[in-house]
Amino acid sequence: MLKSWKVRFGLGVLGFFVLLAILGPLLPLDPRANDIGAISQPPSAHHLFGTTQFGQDVLAQTIAGARGSMLVGILAAAIGTLIAILVGVPAGYFGGAVDNGLNFLTNLFLVMPVLPLILIVAGYVQGTGPFVIALIIGLFGWSGGARTLRAQSLSLSSRDFVLAMRMVGEPHRRLIFFEVLPHLTGWISAMFLHGMIGGVMAEAGLAFLGITDSGSISWGTMIQAAQQQSAVLRGLWWWFVPPGLCIALIGTAATLVNFGVDEISNPKLRQARRSVVVRTRKVVEA
Amino acid sequence: MRWTFLARRLGFYLAAAAAAIGLNFLLPRLMPGDPSSAIVEELERVSGQQVPAETLLSIRAIFGNPHANLAQQFADYLRQLSHGDLGVSVVNFPVPVADLVWQALPWTLLLVGTTTITAFAIGTLLGVVAGWKAGSRLDAILTPFTTFLSSVPYFWVALLALWIFGFVLGWTPLSGGYDADLPQGFSLAYAVSVLHHGVLPAATIVFSAFGGWLLGMRNMTVTTVREDYVLLAQAKGLSPKRVMLRYAARNAMLPSFTGFAMALGGVVGGALLTEIVFSYPGIGYLLYESLQKRDYPMMQGVFLLITLAVLLANLVADLAYVLLDPRIRARG
Repeated sequence: MLKSWKVRFGLGVLGFFVLLAILGPLLPLDPRANDIGAISQPPSAHHLFGTTQFGQDVLAQTIAGARGSMLVGILAAAIGTLIAILVGVPAGYFGGAVDNGLNFLTNLFLVMPVLPLILIVAGYVQGTGPFVIALIIGLFGWSGGARTLRAQSLSLSSRDFVLAMRMVGEPHRRLIFFEVLPHLTGWISAMFLHGMIGGVMAEAGLAFLGITDSGSISWGTMIQAAQQQSAVLRGLWWWFVPPGLCIALIGTAATLVNFGVDEISNPKLRQARRSVVVRTRKVVEA
Repeated sequence: MRWTFLARRLGFYLAAAAAAIGLNFLLPRLMPGDPSSAIVEELERVSGQQVPAETLLSIRAIFGNPHANLAQQFADYLRQLSHGDLGVSVVNFPVPVADLVWQALPWTLLLVGTTTITAFAIGTLLGVVAGWKAGSRLDAILTPFTTFLSSVPYFWVALLALWIFGFVLGWTPLSGGYDADLPQGFSLAYAVSVLHHGVLPAATIVFSAFGGWLLGMRNMTVTTVREDYVLLAQAKGLSPKRVMLRYAARNAMLPSFTGFAMALGGVVGGALLTEIVFSYPGIGYLLYESLQKRDYPMMQGVFLLITLAVLLANLVADLAYVLLDPRIRARG
């Protein structure tokens, strides 16, 4: 799997940001310190990414933001993935009435417009910290994953090895945990990755709408602060460009990893590589 | 078979609509605080005086008494709703929410409707071409580029565009949907100002949205191109363009098409973030404003409208799928 440049590049970028989030506080940069002597300064040797209107170092904020954004993303993904497993796997495995009920729930969450829903709920609990925001995002973002897992466990539970185990008298719980779930790890990890990026983006969106606690630092709150202080209309581009770029980079990295994994599991997509085209063209021309 | 399928789907959407209405009723009541107290607080904050008891009673008469029996409240709510009454806005006090929604709706439909169609058309067409010649130079450039695009937060793109085209270059206005100095109505000057204000928000939506359609269509086309009937069409000596559009694309389009029907449902609630960045006077901006000012009845009304639109579009998408794909029809 690591042979694919997409997977390697994606994992590298993701790893970099995870390290940044973990090790960030060790760096001698204070995201909240106000340098009164340097307000709204463009990037310079002293402040590599420039400063905000409050004289805060944008580089320090971007690093601290990595921590805030990734925390929400990972938490939201964990919650969303867990609910997807709890709803999707039993639905597919047991079928019947259990499936009918759980599938209805999944479809319901699937068709509800999520952003306005999150917005309304978050609006009632305005100004909350990263944990509640992650909880809200996770609670409303599991339905797609649950549907995939339902379909997969449906097909798994009718395979011979599961049927055989069932006839031997293995309890359902054991079958689910030791026979069905291990076969779903690929799907689940892709889901988690997807959910993490979704969480980072959703947090940024909610922060941009002014719903999250403005005291915490994330890429979303940075962009929101810039927007609030009319950074756009005053040309302070260095304030909102870095956090947006970081989100885009993480998102691209995760998509590349998923692409690479897809190509491995679906050879049809792999065939469509440039080298193959060049080779066939040569053959045709020869 | 077809009819039982349709009846089942219809049943699901009716249940979903009931759930949405129930949620819309329960959500504000489950949350801390209630509209009546919020209004009282707001009035006291604005006037700086204590609200007299009679006013409190009349406010409760309009917005419902939070201490009344829940079933009674729900019955009242349903009765109101059946008359198309979404309640009264708190911030724009005696104005009904329904009136505000009707004012905002055309703006959103115009902006998000046209851009959704444009983005779909561009993305699908480019996707067919990229998928048809997978691995070609065009594919090698377009696909990674759109992957990157789909990972960029939309509002950030919008901010950047506003800064470049509105602020640095000064080509477009910085906010609003029309020139406030002009009288609203069917005049050329007014129409021009609406276009001038709309072009940048529209461009940012198309720019961010076409990539998704492209990627989906590309991957479906890559799969379809290897089907036997495509090979047969080529073997018959049909022109490549004809095989690409009539044979490969036509069959690859099915998932995109249902996605498109659903996207049309999203048009109503649509471009929340666009409208906020550009202060565009549509439904999304209305929702944002009501959220900021804690205008509970307006929040509820807008949310219900958005949800019902999405449900309706999903139903239409399901129906369209049945009509377009004979396999579903047969299976029922």
